[in-house]
Amino acid sequence: MQTEEKETKSLEELEQIAKQVRRDIVRMVHGCQSGHPGGSLGCTDYLVALYFKIMNHKTDFNMNGEGEDLFFLSNGHISPVWYSVLARAGYFEVSELQSFRKLDSRLQGHPTTHEGLPGVRIASGSLGQGLSVAIGAALTKKLNNDAGLVFSLHGDGELQEGQIWEAALFAPHNKVDNLISTIDVNGQQIDGPTDQVLALGSLRAKWEAFGWDVLEMNGNDLADVIRVLELAKAKTRKGKPIMILMQTNMGHGVDFMMGSHKWHGVAPNDEQLSLALNQLTSGMQDY
Amino acid sequence: MKKYTYTESKDTRSGFGAGLVEAGRKNENVVALCADLVGSLKMGDFIKEFPERFVQVGIAEANMMGIAAGMTIGGKIPFTGTFANFSTGRVYDQIRQSIAYSDKNVKICASHAGLTLGEDGATHQILEDIGLMKMLPGMTVINPCDYNQTKAATMAIAEHHGPVYLRFGRPVVPVFTPADQEFVIGKAWMVNEGTDVSIFATGHLVWEAIKAGEKLAEMGISAEIINIHTIKPLDAEAVLKSVAKTGCVVSAEEHNRLGGLGDSIAQLLAQNTPTPMEYVAVNDSFGESGTPEQLMKKYGLDDEHIIKAVQKVMERKKALAK
Repeated sequence: MQTEEKETKSLEELEQIAKQVRRDIVRMVHGCQSGHPGGSLGCTDYLVALYFKIMNHKTDFNMNGEGEDLFFLSNGHISPVWYSVLARAGYFEVSELQSFRKLDSRLQGHPTTHEGLPGVRIASGSLGQGLSVAIGAALTKKLNNDAGLVFSLHGDGELQEGQIWEAALFAPHNKVDNLISTIDVNGQQIDGPTDQVLALGSLRAKWEAFGWDVLEMNGNDLADVIRVLELAKAKTRKGKPIMILMQTNMGHGVDFMMGSHKWHGVAPNDEQLSLALNQLTSGMQDY
Repeated sequence: MKKYTYTESKDTRSGFGAGLVEAGRKNENVVALCADLVGSLKMGDFIKEFPERFVQVGIAEANMMGIAAGMTIGGKIPFTGTFANFSTGRVYDQIRQSIAYSDKNVKICASHAGLTLGEDGATHQILEDIGLMKMLPGMTVINPCDYNQTKAATMAIAEHHGPVYLRFGRPVVPVFTPADQEFVIGKAWMVNEGTDVSIFATGHLVWEAIKAGEKLAEMGISAEIINIHTIKPLDAEAVLKSVAKTGCVVSAEEHNRLGGLGDSIAQLLAQNTPTPMEYVAVNDSFGESGTPEQLMKKYGLDDEHIIKAVQKVMERKKALAK
């Protein structure tokens, strides 16, 4: 993808891509009758903004990503949204989306480098590991005098993993200020609302106390997502890592999936698929 | 029979420290990470020479493994350093997903392996680490036997692409391998040729096997002693060639009998040439506090136990021949 093409995308065009990505997500999950639609739909606007507006990246994939911005998905179960965005951005053919979670596919249930899917730089799925990995990649960029930034996305339930807080302590101490991490605050996890399962308390207070520069955004308002990500970029290289608390609706864009943990990891049936697709018209081609 | 002598004794971890500095000089992409055990891992010289290429992560081993995996993206070759227990069991899932499954070029360097950690006791004496690491697809597992071999192995793994587990220890032991040796990953080292029994030894047990071999010679038994420094990939050719000659096997390692070098050899033999075999290893138990010498004797990991195992396996070989 050419840089100029990326920068000229209007908000309307981005909204249209987001609609199509949401169509892809429900169709992929329906196609294999498994996967995680809820978090994928909630994080669609963020990932569309990143790959079509914010990040400086090359679809001619190179593992080392020298001179590029890098993205790490720590909550790997929302692979459908990432796969769709990677394909729509040009990393691989959109027709490959139909192989999601099927035998001999590069689109494994959770993202992996193992099958060589362009765009993926680390396996994720077992939660809590991606922040450390993103920090490592950011350290290497600094050692290499590489101006690229590192982005990472995490679930809010994922913050219950201890490794996250090891990484949270490390990054400010070591002034990892070329890192923009985001937490998908949808308040839901498999067994119910995070407040009931294991309450996270004030995330702003926690991350600020650890020494991060904390921003907040509405993850389901593309204009706000772009505004805050641009702001975050302007705050890099000032001595602190950046954490964005992104409020989203799990299942955003499909009314019967919205706001409930029940669609965390459940596939729609035929009837639910057509109901969902009726709510998501994009004007683009399905895969 | 080749006679092995030594003029000095050193700890294998110091061989790692020396090898790390050399690797750092040879390749500017070599970086080191440590979880609050810089002195124990002998990383001081590397830090002094390359302060900007060292990352202190604090007592946070999971984070260290993830950071190391991430640092490979962009071309760095991270060497992580902590005790063997905290390098493996504590961070197994991080290694499995972020390093092994992701095929990251991380070198997991583990000191204080096995019983010879000594007085700290069983919480720190991991005897399962070889098994844990060799079960990971794509992981290379190396357990060198003395200072010189550990130094050479450390330099060699920097040149090898892919995840590696390098296991070494705390005690001061004889330095008996050449200082200028070439370390070839996956290539066994013939310590002494023999005809009656094959002793396959790794780590600190190689010196014990050499001592046992001298005593066995006095008893009229010709032992072939082979140093298996690379447990995975196993040098199958060297093992099978030796066994074809001797017809019986003793494995020797500072590790649980389950999952260690002996297991790998037994599997190879079962598939190719079933052969009487005895294990010199810890018999499915935890360790305890004590001096390294006391522990190695109590848990059956010394030259005397190797001799007993040789006598037993040769009896079995004779019985089979009848």
